[in-house]
Amino acid sequence: MTSTVVIDKAAPSRPVQLRSMSRDRAWALKWSYFFLTLFAIFSLVPPLYMVITSLKTSAEISAATNPWWVYHPTLSNYVELLTSNQFLTFFRNSALVSIFVVTITMLISVPAAFALARMRFWGSATLATGVFLTYLIPETLLFLPLFKMFAAFGELTGIQLINKWYVLLIIYPTLTVPFCTWIMIGYFASIPKELDEAAIIDGASWFQTLTRIFIPVAMPGLIAATIFAFTVSWAQFLYPLVFTTSTDQLVLPVGIVTTLIKGDVFAWGQIMTGALLGAAPPLIIYAFLMDYYIAGLTAGATKG
Amino acid sequence: MADVTLRKVVKKYDDVLAVRGIDLDIADHEFVVLVGPSGCGKSTTLRMIAGLEDITDGDIMIGGDIVNDVPPKDRDIAMVFQNYALYPHMTVAENMSFGLRLKRYPKAEIKTRIDEAARMLDIVELVDRKPKQLSGGQRQRVAMGRAIVRNPKVFLFDEPLSNLDAKLRVQMRIEIKKVHQKVRTTTVYVTHDQVEAMTLADRVVVMNHGRIEQIGTPNELYHKPATKFVASFIGSPAMNFIPCRLEESGGKLHVRITDRLAFPLPPARAARYQSVSRTDRLLLGLRPEHITEASAHPEPGVENFDTVLDVTEPMGMETLIYFALEGAQICGRVNPNAGAVDGGPLRLAVDLNNMHLLNEGTGAVI
Repeated sequence: MTSTVVIDKAAPSRPVQLRSMSRDRAWALKWSYFFLTLFAIFSLVPPLYMVITSLKTSAEISAATNPWWVYHPTLSNYVELLTSNQFLTFFRNSALVSIFVVTITMLISVPAAFALARMRFWGSATLATGVFLTYLIPETLLFLPLFKMFAAFGELTGIQLINKWYVLLIIYPTLTVPFCTWIMIGYFASIPKELDEAAIIDGASWFQTLTRIFIPVAMPGLIAATIFAFTVSWAQFLYPLVFTTSTDQLVLPVGIVTTLIKGDVFAWGQIMTGALLGAAPPLIIYAFLMDYYIAGLTAGATKG
Repeated sequence: MADVTLRKVVKKYDDVLAVRGIDLDIADHEFVVLVGPSGCGKSTTLRMIAGLEDITDGDIMIGGDIVNDVPPKDRDIAMVFQNYALYPHMTVAENMSFGLRLKRYPKAEIKTRIDEAARMLDIVELVDRKPKQLSGGQRQRVAMGRAIVRNPKVFLFDEPLSNLDAKLRVQMRIEIKKVHQKVRTTTVYVTHDQVEAMTLADRVVVMNHGRIEQIGTPNELYHKPATKFVASFIGSPAMNFIPCRLEESGGKLHVRITDRLAFPLPPARAARYQSVSRTDRLLLGLRPEHITEASAHPEPGVENFDTVLDVTEPMGMETLIYFALEGAQICGRVNPNAGAVDGGPLRLAVDLNNMHLLNEGTGAVI
């Protein structure tokens, strides 16, 4: 009996290093929330400030009152923008460019990625890397030669593409196609080889394998690529600034900046409103596709 | 339904010879299993029959027609893959009917075939589910169903059971055998598991290093192996190989293992090995079941000897015993009541009527 007591007393004298998993996790969770809150504040304050400013009149914006509070809320900025033909033209141009660019991008990069990922041909691996490398060339480096090219093309053929919104349909894919192809190569490569072999034995052609097996199975990747292409087209600033100048050819980001800043007069209320309205479509698309995207991620396992 | 013939088929990847010119005749309705260790060329051979790999040289014939340059879809074959390769976005019924839909079969016909296959495989209630809602065994059934509905000339199985746990594997093995008994389609089945090969096959093809070592029925391979590789690959626990040589003593041919241990050969064996050189380095091949506990009245050709056991493994219906002989670890099978204990002495009997004699250098069975 005595010896048992001695052991019992000795045990707690050891330095206790026992911390349960749940306490560890709770600690990690606290820090994650701390940083998440920090980042949320960091990224959400600017849009909030935009909302506040968009609800003010020009007079209130320039008045020396608390900038974080709206004393006389008004929707006049929204009404003015949404009833101005100019703004609606920018919006239409942006929408047309983005929808067409997304379509063109997908039509090129999905078959390209399929070919590079699955049809083993001479140099396909090098070509796949090459495709990605082209994405690494910044647009600031490309816009001058591209402009010269289109100018020369106009002189040679008489077809004037510069200062037409649809010139962007040719230019944007230079940004979107390489990256989307790269994403899709990754997704297609993750599909087990046996799946296309099964399809081939079932009698599917390459095209049928792509459309009936690969595209449905790689839907999450396809959506990721679509979101990327749309975001790039919608937010692109440098190329439309260079290639389009007439007011009726401008897309939203350029249109807002060029028409609402008159010399040194900034129509801040309308700029903020325009920017907010311009940010809405990507947000809506994200919100709509995200559910599908996440549902797609959890489905489609081939092995148990 | 068709026979399959391979004539001097070679497959070369860059500089590596994966298949070194094999000849194989598979009869109509036959169930042939290609078995061998990984890298022996068995999967490559199957994939060449399927048309998923080009052949470097030789001819492959299905139903008498050379199909060397025929694309897989026109070979009228169906294949079951190791990881099932079910289309994850399609239901079981859609998976099974995909090939038929591509060939534009009438809807009613497709439905009849799916119903029939689903009933045969006992997956009727699963036809509307997606693959991810199925267990491994169920997925394997669907993969087989996809092959059956096509009603092909040849079934090709590429290690279909290796993703399943041991118990399910035994169950699915029986299912595959039942299906073959019903549909009687010519089947080529690849596995590295010799038990699967033995239990399923009409004939087993043992492959090693891109060559065929031996073709035969499961019993032929087990009882009359042609090479040391086949002898050691087929059977579990594997055959024992004991270094030995032949010697004449007292007018009888003996197989001598150590200075103190030699067994006289039974007359039939003695006659067979009479011409073997007495100086050749040989191996005595004995299956574990031919090394048993000694009985009071040994039969002719059965010789007793004493040994000390290293380890025993009680299996229930029998006990596996391990002991060392001439540097080789020897495995035997004794009755659980034979009194085998770890480290204990035991009098054993070897049945030389079932012995094999191999040339140590060439590995050939004499």
